[in-house]
Amino acid sequence: MTAIFKREFKAFFSTPVGYIVLAAFYLFSGYFFTFIYQMGSPEVHNIIMTMSIIIVFVTPLLTMRLMSDDRRMKTDQALLTAPVSLYSIVLGKFLAALSVFALGFVPTLIFEMIVLSMVEVNFLSYLYALLGAILLGAALIAIGMFISSLTESSVVAAILTFVINILIIYASNLGSMIQVPWIATAIEKIAFINAFNNFGSTAFSIPDVFYFVSITAAFLFLSVRSLEKRRWA
Amino acid sequence: MIEVSGLSKRYGTHLAVKDVSFSISKGEVIGFLGPNGAGKSTIMNILTGYLSLTQGKVSIDGFDVMEYPEEAKKRIGYLPEIPPLYMDMKVKEYLAFIFDLKKVKFPKSAHINEVMKLVKIDHVANRLIKNLSKGYRQRVGFAGALIGNPDVLILDEPTVGLDPKQIIEIRNLISRLGKNHTIILSSHILSEIQAVCKRVIIINQGQIIADDTPESLSERLSNDKSIVARIMCSEKDMLEALSTVKGVKSVTSLGCKEPNSYDFLIEPKKNCDVRRDVFERVSSRGKTLLSLSSNQISLEQVFLRLTEAGSYEEARKLLGFNDVKTEENEEKEEAAN
Repeated sequence: MTAIFKREFKAFFSTPVGYIVLAAFYLFSGYFFTFIYQMGSPEVHNIIMTMSIIIVFVTPLLTMRLMSDDRRMKTDQALLTAPVSLYSIVLGKFLAALSVFALGFVPTLIFEMIVLSMVEVNFLSYLYALLGAILLGAALIAIGMFISSLTESSVVAAILTFVINILIIYASNLGSMIQVPWIATAIEKIAFINAFNNFGSTAFSIPDVFYFVSITAAFLFLSVRSLEKRRWA
Repeated sequence: MIEVSGLSKRYGTHLAVKDVSFSISKGEVIGFLGPNGAGKSTIMNILTGYLSLTQGKVSIDGFDVMEYPEEAKKRIGYLPEIPPLYMDMKVKEYLAFIFDLKKVKFPKSAHINEVMKLVKIDHVANRLIKNLSKGYRQRVGFAGALIGNPDVLILDEPTVGLDPKQIIEIRNLISRLGKNHTIILSSHILSEIQAVCKRVIIINQGQIIADDTPESLSERLSNDKSIVARIMCSEKDMLEALSTVKGVKSVTSLGCKEPNSYDFLIEPKKNCDVRRDVFERVSSRGKTLLSLSSNQISLEQVFLRLTEAGSYEEARKLLGFNDVKTEENEEKEEAAN
């Protein structure tokens, strides 16, 4: 698993993808920070909550070629004929993408330090928001990875993941438009943004943690099945 | 070392591999021969655990590939038809990745350097794989298969894309490796198999149609002792003249290969030597016999004949195996005599 993790992590930075993703994160978090700083409300966790817009755009970039490229370039033959399990292949790739994603939040830590040096704020609310962002990212990366495992084309994977990201993040807007109450409630429950927004308040919400963790686990499992299925095709 | 029994692989409704069985003992070098789409690569992919099998049993060094995939895979070095290379990596970096992936226990950098020297890529160690030529990429793939010094090497067309000098180098390398490895090699270059392998498995339409040494295969097919005659004459007359020579079963014209002359393939009846009679017939007609040679069959021709045979039965018949009513044919032949 470590071999695959290291390779995939490096691959993000031997192509422009890693730099673009980090640049987007850094640019927007810096912009948001300047904005709230001038507004006089130095709450870094609000920056993270606003970042959900960027996350929607960024995770498809991270996951688009994660599985599809192996299939197109036939490098999956190296992975699948090596003495490693399918789980460690999928997990190695997933953790590599998640690490790059997590690196995107490094500046927010610096901002939090700056703020802490000047005024007293609740450091825990920053940590909750950060945890929420990582969990949301993990779930979206797992979903994107599964989509990437279904196709040979990274462009198709990126577009599909992007569309699905928008749908599941902002499903609550869709839900409010539907008159049938139980469908509206169901859509409301699926909407990632609601679960994510709960991390913006100071109260730590265990069900929301489980929500994201179980979605991540489910799609990692599906990615493994998708790899396995190809052997039987 | 490798045991395959009753192996079948089905893609949807298409049966790509039909009930294939063979066994390869330690240290053997085997050639897989067959036209495109015969199922060679599919069989190799199943042996290496890349594809699953529909039916049958495959074991490597006693480890079933379906039940103990990791143990089986540890013993195999695989070079697929298209080398599985990451274009964004440098040669040495890629081999280090394969080294980690295979969980090899040797001292890392010494082992990688040794392998790179073996396939002669040490001077491109720090170049990006995407900037290498096809021949070099092929060798990097070969190096990947050799990492960890596995007992079994499975090489799917290892010399494709190499120049003649490199082909000879790789061929020599395979011969050398064959001394202490079990090797399965597939190739379209038949002379390669003849040069390197002690045993050939010919596959067509997903079935094994022959499993023998190259020598005995060509012997089996060439026991008809047919001869080729080059005669200065007109094609039609000579065809007629030759077909009435005593002991001649059939004559076919091979066309004009040299100005003013024609080549004829003369197939004699069983146990007949017709060379003297042919010579006399030609000179009695006042024509000149330019050459007379035995139609020595090469492995290439064996291969072509076997794979062009429409069915499994036909191919087996060509080889003179008794399992498909050859006796009946022999009786017919004798009756005709």
